[in-house]
Amino acid sequence: MKNIDSFTHVRGESLFVDDLMIRQDALIGLCYDSPKAHGKIISVDYSKAEALEGVERIFTYKDVLGENQIGGIIPDEPLWAEDEVHFWGQPIAFIVAKTEAIAKKARALINIEIEELPVITTAKEAKEKGSFINAPRSFSLGNTNDSFSNCEYVFEGETFSNGQEHLYLETQGCYVVPQENGSIKITSSTQGPTQVQKTAAKVLGIPMHKVEVDVIRLGGGFGGKEDQATPWAVMAAVAVQHLNKPVKYMLNRHDDLRMTGKRHPYSSFFKIGLTKDLKIKAFEVEFLQNSGAAADLSPAIAERTLFHATNSYFVPNVKTTVYSCKTNLPPNTAFRGFGGPQGMFVIECAIAKAADEIGVDRKEIQEVNLLAENDEFSYGQIANEVQAKKSWFTAKEKFQLEKLEQEVSDFNDKNIHFKKGISLMPIAFGISFTNTPMNHARALIHIYQDGSVGVSTGAVEMGQSVNTKMLQVAQDVLGISADKVKLETTNTTRVANTSPSAASSTADLNGKAVEMACNSLIDRLKVVASKLLSSEEKNLSFKDDFVFNDDKKTDVTWNAVIAQAMLERVALSENAHYATPIIHFDKSKEKGHPFAYHVYGTAITIVTVDCLRGIYEIDAVKIVHDFGKSMNLGIDIGQVEGALAQGIGWMTMEEISYGKDGRLLSNALSTYKVPDIFSAPKIVETIPLETEGNDMAIQKSKAVGEPPLMYGIGAYFAIEQAVKAFNKNYKPRYHAPFTPEKVLMGLYEK
Amino acid sequence: MIEFILNNEVIKAPENGGMTLLDFIRENKRLKGTKIGCREGDCGACTILVGVLNGDNVSYQSITSCISPLGNAHGKHIVTVEGINLPNTLNTVQQSMTDNFATQCGFCTPGFIVSMTGFSLDNNKILGSCNDAISGNICRCTGYKSIEKAGFEIEEKLKQKDNNQQIKWLIKEGFIPNYFETIPEKLRALNLSPRARHLERSREARGQKGTIVANGTDLYVRYADKLSEEKVNLIADENYLKGIDFSNDIFTIGVNTTVTELLENEHLRKNIPNLKSFLKLVSSEQIRNMGTLGGNFVNASPIGDMSIFFLALNSTITIQNKNGTERTIPFQEFHLDYKKYDLKESEVLKSISFSIIDKNEQFNFEKVSKRTHLDIATVNSAARISEKNGVISNAHFSLGGVAAIPKYLYKTNKFLKDELIVSETIHLAEKVMQSEISPISDVRGTSDYKRLLARQLFFAHFIKLFPNDVELHKMISL
Repeated sequence: MKNIDSFTHVRGESLFVDDLMIRQDALIGLCYDSPKAHGKIISVDYSKAEALEGVERIFTYKDVLGENQIGGIIPDEPLWAEDEVHFWGQPIAFIVAKTEAIAKKARALINIEIEELPVITTAKEAKEKGSFINAPRSFSLGNTNDSFSNCEYVFEGETFSNGQEHLYLETQGCYVVPQENGSIKITSSTQGPTQVQKTAAKVLGIPMHKVEVDVIRLGGGFGGKEDQATPWAVMAAVAVQHLNKPVKYMLNRHDDLRMTGKRHPYSSFFKIGLTKDLKIKAFEVEFLQNSGAAADLSPAIAERTLFHATNSYFVPNVKTTVYSCKTNLPPNTAFRGFGGPQGMFVIECAIAKAADEIGVDRKEIQEVNLLAENDEFSYGQIANEVQAKKSWFTAKEKFQLEKLEQEVSDFNDKNIHFKKGISLMPIAFGISFTNTPMNHARALIHIYQDGSVGVSTGAVEMGQSVNTKMLQVAQDVLGISADKVKLETTNTTRVANTSPSAASSTADLNGKAVEMACNSLIDRLKVVASKLLSSEEKNLSFKDDFVFNDDKKTDVTWNAVIAQAMLERVALSENAHYATPIIHFDKSKEKGHPFAYHVYGTAITIVTVDCLRGIYEIDAVKIVHDFGKSMNLGIDIGQVEGALAQGIGWMTMEEISYGKDGRLLSNALSTYKVPDIFSAPKIVETIPLETEGNDMAIQKSKAVGEPPLMYGIGAYFAIEQAVKAFNKNYKPRYHAPFTPEKVLMGLYEK
Repeated sequence: MIEFILNNEVIKAPENGGMTLLDFIRENKRLKGTKIGCREGDCGACTILVGVLNGDNVSYQSITSCISPLGNAHGKHIVTVEGINLPNTLNTVQQSMTDNFATQCGFCTPGFIVSMTGFSLDNNKILGSCNDAISGNICRCTGYKSIEKAGFEIEEKLKQKDNNQQIKWLIKEGFIPNYFETIPEKLRALNLSPRARHLERSREARGQKGTIVANGTDLYVRYADKLSEEKVNLIADENYLKGIDFSNDIFTIGVNTTVTELLENEHLRKNIPNLKSFLKLVSSEQIRNMGTLGGNFVNASPIGDMSIFFLALNSTITIQNKNGTERTIPFQEFHLDYKKYDLKESEVLKSISFSIIDKNEQFNFEKVSKRTHLDIATVNSAARISEKNGVISNAHFSLGGVAAIPKYLYKTNKFLKDELIVSETIHLAEKVMQSEISPISDVRGTSDYKRLLARQLFFAHFIKLFPNDVELHKMISL
């Protein structure tokens, strides 16, 4: 089945927040943000701005009737700055005017006086100064201290991976409309409708039932709209509360880039110990996460870094520690992979360093350390249904790795100005919110009397085609044709208390709830049908819009059963609640079984570096990926290809740059480059690994959103290999992204 | 009054011609299929087609509507995604995109659909592939492979196209709706008066005063808000600033010529055989369709691709004042200091000229940026070298991103004159080149990197033009 939104997408008829017809009396909002990264606000003069014709009102923290607080995990972030600013771009006020142009002019008329304080932009600096978001976290397994002394090889090193801008094509935005009795309705481009609802209620000082949040779809999220869609909606909500008029706020691209957080940059220090036969015996890492000026989701992201610090390898002695370092950057936030990629990059660098020093190929170390059944992760979960080796060896065999390597080597022998590099990148990514209480979802199914079906879930459609998967589940269980099923918007009045659409688990959690609700409906409908057919319920099934008796098609249609059910006053609506079983995690011990299952895979990446110019092309990425039993291979491969491109972007051209004063320098699309069609790999080949799938995955179809992003890490090492082929003096930096600048400097360093 | 056809509707807009076409489409006409992604021409979500009457036919090009002034739509056919939708069914491009799972979140999709439809409508296709047509469209979801597959399908189908009856064929094959057939007639009806008179009339109506804007690719990135509210002096349709003349072995190119128009010129392509691969490095399809030479020259960025290109061609630039008096100066003398150039308030650029590359000469253009396409250069360079029996008789090297202005390398060029093309000489010439430049560190790269890159691109010219005479390692270290 194709993405069910395809028809309207390709015709430009799909509605996003900015496309909604707004009420005639609607006003436009615009945030006024800090022009300094750190300081005390001495004074802000709004008088000129307020006097401008067409400006309705300017809101500040003084207008907050509830709490001026939006922090999700830790309450450390005001909606609007009060007497201090902690990052460049921190919201201070909210201008509401008749038009965007007027609001922009008003913004330019605001005068602020700030007494500047020292600015921290890097995690290392924050650690030196003891500036942290919360206490560090550590995972450990075995005993690294004792093990290092028994290792044949011990290496230490430092790595850096930069942040990454989400660059959802649709910027953040919302439209808020007053309802009666002080209630409001928010249409938001958010991955977390409940987060918006909860925070708006808190800031406005009203109960949650007075805040309705509706989400049609997102023009991309990638984690950037998990927590950080909230403030904009809440600002507009405050304005609506005071003005009793609708307020719309769409961030322009520059404001969005400047004010929102990104993937966390990490500085990390590793120590790796190996035996003579290249088994990794001990591994220690200290991760310094650049969290930005407030917690946002940083503690949870830091935790996932620890969960994935050993990637798809078994290491018997592990000690990993992560510091969430408080700096004066916009609070960094969720981004596809959620700290996992940063963790995996470090162990891949450690392996690369060990391979360099020992004088073996990286893949020799990778291969002998791949996870096996019943191996223990550093957090205590026992690996089962492990596909690490199977995906690795399948990739080697199906893609004829030896031949590919020979081609690379032949090419390099023949060419002076161009060199190729090849790398392998295995992945293992845990599926579930690592915060166990978040692993739940609900679905509300209505069968209407004409036989058509409406499905509401807590899942937010943002391009991952979760609605298509939900439709597939409903259609399969109810045995009806796709055109009978409609996916409703995600709305807090229909499905409440949702977890955000994140952690790759949206389809699993919400799909299971859909499945449960549909099964309950089917149970009731079987009773109805059994009377119509004078047959036992257990012999009946629903398929292709008909009732089947003993697997034989009867002449009783779905619609006939629904009509009969109406006459018999049978409930045709059902709400189901799913909570992932088995999983648990004890933070006091840092042990447990946090993941429903893991997703595995292996990518082979081949690149060509133009050694004259220091630029590169990705020739091919060949992937064996563990989809389980994919319920929609077209959509799932789309997720692999999209995540891969983002991962490659993170590792190659996407370079976030802040000045020492905390100002974002890569502040426009002209200076922050994401992959275009020509920087996509020339070939992407994805072979589904034949596996059983996992019962905790929806229809045994494993989660696919985040894991493939980490295949992109392979590009880093393929480029590095090509650079080494040109310049024997090249000294690895383990510093991502591997931009054309770093490539050229590396090609010619002495 | 601005008159044009938007999809199948005749528009008579009294609006200020300075507002963006995007805002007119979305806000005034409530056509929400054209999306706002960046408002600086860097994402393609707002891509639309512009059709211009050309004899009996209409020629279509894709542009980014976010940085295009509404006034430039005057007399043209503007096509948004709504204008290529068929009733109740998908058109061929849309069906291919759907079949290949090439739409995920859907926000960038209309832009891709419009660009690909523009590809279908383009008979010239100098760059040739559907990928080139979507070089200005950014997608953050798909990773492009599915879109590329859809593009291959479309390319296959278009091989059957009857170029003489292309609109009929495209309608029959479900690429575009029927009304496209009526557009030439409707455009003619719009242009009741001869084109020149019509332009005169519109110019008058639109007012001669105000900021001079050609197609807006630079000014609208920086000042869209301001220009939307002010009077603008739109010069894109001024014929006396357009056209590529080739006579007496001299090319004279009007400054309103777009990069695409350079590409489309057969004489230029013949004289500069690698023109396609050079100009493919300049921005994207949409921006090449809009960006003019004059705009690039007066933007005066030290890394302006066209400035670097024409500096090395050893061009002269002709400037006209409001009385029609002209003066011509070497282009190398045009840029004076950072963003300062030799142009008085009362003057406009008119044309740029250069003598053809003769049989003893070779020309090359190099550009490195963080992203190879749709990006601004970190360092760019061009070279025009005349050589006889291994000796350089004349050299014109230019280098961008290494000084306050697009740099013509006077000293290096002088040094190379009458020198043998051997690694030893180039090695020494590179030292001279380094003495002429003073790159600064910025978001595009450190000064060390830019110096290294300048060296590499300098060598790259020789490696490309004289592969048998020089060796990289020798040029580097002697």
